[in-house]
Amino acid sequence: MARAVTPRRRLINTILAWSIGLLIFFPILWTILTSFKPEGQAIADPPLFLFFDWTLENYAIVQERSNYARYLTNSIIISVGSTLLGILVAVPAAWSMAFVPSKRTKNILMWMLSTKMLPAVGVLYPIYILFIKMSLLDSRLGLVIVIMLINLPIIIWMLYTYFKEIPAPILEAARMDGASLRNEILYVLTPMAIPGIASTILLNIILAWNEAFWTLNLTAAKAGPLTAFIASYSSPEGLFFAKLSAASTMAIAPILILGWFSQKQLVRGLTFGAVK
Amino acid sequence: MTFKSVIGAATALTLVAGSAALAETITIATVNNGDMIRMQGYTDDFTAKTGHTVEWVTLEENVLRQRVTTDISTKGGAFDIMTIGMYETPIWGGNGWLVALDDLSADYDAGDILPAMAGGLSHDGTLYAAPFYGESSMVMYRTDLMEKAGLEMPAAPSWSFIAKAAREMTDRDAGINGICLRGKAGWGEGGAFITAMSNSFGARWFDEDWNAQFDTREWSDTLNFFVNMMSDSGPAGYATNGFNENLSLFQQGKCGMWIDATVAASFVTNPKDSTVADSVGFALAPDNGMGVRSNWLWAWALAIPAGTQNVAAAKQFIEWATSKDYIELVAANEGWANVPPGARTSLYENANYKDVPFAQMTLDSILSADPNNSTVDPSPYVGVQFAAIPEFAGIATEVSQEFSAVYAGQQSVEDALKKAQALTNDAMEAAGYR
Repeated sequence: MARAVTPRRRLINTILAWSIGLLIFFPILWTILTSFKPEGQAIADPPLFLFFDWTLENYAIVQERSNYARYLTNSIIISVGSTLLGILVAVPAAWSMAFVPSKRTKNILMWMLSTKMLPAVGVLYPIYILFIKMSLLDSRLGLVIVIMLINLPIIIWMLYTYFKEIPAPILEAARMDGASLRNEILYVLTPMAIPGIASTILLNIILAWNEAFWTLNLTAAKAGPLTAFIASYSSPEGLFFAKLSAASTMAIAPILILGWFSQKQLVRGLTFGAVK
Repeated sequence: MTFKSVIGAATALTLVAGSAALAETITIATVNNGDMIRMQGYTDDFTAKTGHTVEWVTLEENVLRQRVTTDISTKGGAFDIMTIGMYETPIWGGNGWLVALDDLSADYDAGDILPAMAGGLSHDGTLYAAPFYGESSMVMYRTDLMEKAGLEMPAAPSWSFIAKAAREMTDRDAGINGICLRGKAGWGEGGAFITAMSNSFGARWFDEDWNAQFDTREWSDTLNFFVNMMSDSGPAGYATNGFNENLSLFQQGKCGMWIDATVAASFVTNPKDSTVADSVGFALAPDNGMGVRSNWLWAWALAIPAGTQNVAAAKQFIEWATSKDYIELVAANEGWANVPPGARTSLYENANYKDVPFAQMTLDSILSADPNNSTVDPSPYVGVQFAAIPEFAGIATEVSQEFSAVYAGQQSVEDALKKAQALTNDAMEAAGYR
């Protein structure tokens, strides 16, 4: 029987949850507010919260200076492309680990996860040279492949955890009815795991969208996504915080909206998936 | 249609087709500094003159450094022109990674480049990068606060005067700090400042056999003087202040003095952003009477990586961007205060530019820095606020982290110098210098 929650406790929980939520969201809110300030007021001390000279000048300057549409297109192609490619590879891998495990499956899973512990800069030069040899430098295809490989352990782990929840006898029944392996995965397993796959896709799109190391180091003028767009407004000699904030707001807006509309799946992915 | 007009049309078509075939697209990696961004806005002028188009990759300084270093050392060919500084140019030029700029056109007038800049951007006498803008460092101070303190800033102050003036100008209740200086870790941030300052105290990074010199009295004097002055008159949390943080403090009227890059002069005197624009004075960086001042020398310059397919177009761009005509173009559109400073002698002979309040002090600061003789005692390296060896960036970053820990009150000056001495000697030994 569920424990009864008193109105007082519910109120405290609500206030606490909102406070933590606002605290976490505050840097984003501050960035958005700063993007509407003139440069002089962006650095005012004490800081100006709402009572400043609201302006769209920073957005106009950023639009004029940068080809936002190109960066946005690159971000969409790279994040969606790498995630879908990753799902294509990860579904069969997670299926085999969940339903026909060997005695080394656990070790393989741990090994895959351990690759995430390697500092990216440690393999920058080998990958850079490979990219030069394969003419993949500054190409969206190259980034799709690299980011897919980086996120693959997480995709496999999440799918593996979801697949483990699906009763094996259902798949056995399909096999007894004559379903081939391909049909078993495509028509029996996948429909049952749709919520899990959707959560995995969403989370990995966000991870790929925010990836900054490889997207900055393997691109030049053509394939740079929104991370490169933001980086172009950071300056060590000159105060351009308002313009940087405008660029950041434009870069995070699409993924913020996606996250807002898919928060149920995301929460499910985070609480029911890999961290379960 | 006459035969003549047919020939004429055919010739015109051939010329158009020919110029289209010769037109290249060049990719340029650069930093997000005001002058560089301004240059991007004038790219159409270059395209109109040459037919070449330009793709820009603008990055933050540290990201740019990592990005272009990776590309040039692997011969990646991602960029046709790279924006690099005085630290990288002689090293990369010596490695054969850059195209020599020894055949620039007569119209370009390479002899007009300030000798200090040309020297710092050369290796064995060959120019490998053309300066887009150059800078030194100088004292920027509040004339009103100086007057209120009953003091007068000399054109060439000493460190003892600066410390005294800083104490006099400090008014904690009013939120005014006598002096704002860089304390942030990083070889190009606090590391650059303290190294330039140490030169004027008679300190140096290495003796002539590449032994670290942090165990000397000169380094102890430098660091103790800095820490004491900042404790008395500096802003709270200065251990994390770099150029931008100090610029922000100065523009809001919270610093009596600021010693930093000459390029900051145009920011602090711009009434649009600075609340103290009409009360800023300039002086040479301080000294200690030992014959060396504490100003640095730096240039953001354009270089062509060896291996690019577009050398001719890249050279055309460099000639355009660092030319006298470009300076005239910016002056005509945005005024003389906004032209890229510190690169050409002729700029400082221009009567219009002499009216810019910080022009002469910028030139005097640049001319008083000598990368080949930056220390009181002889040293084996070239560079004022750095030693132009590949290992320096890594070592100096670690050393500046130790110094920042002192500024934050996490360790003593003695402990920091001991650690700096040990880690520098270890790194130099591992690199085969010792």
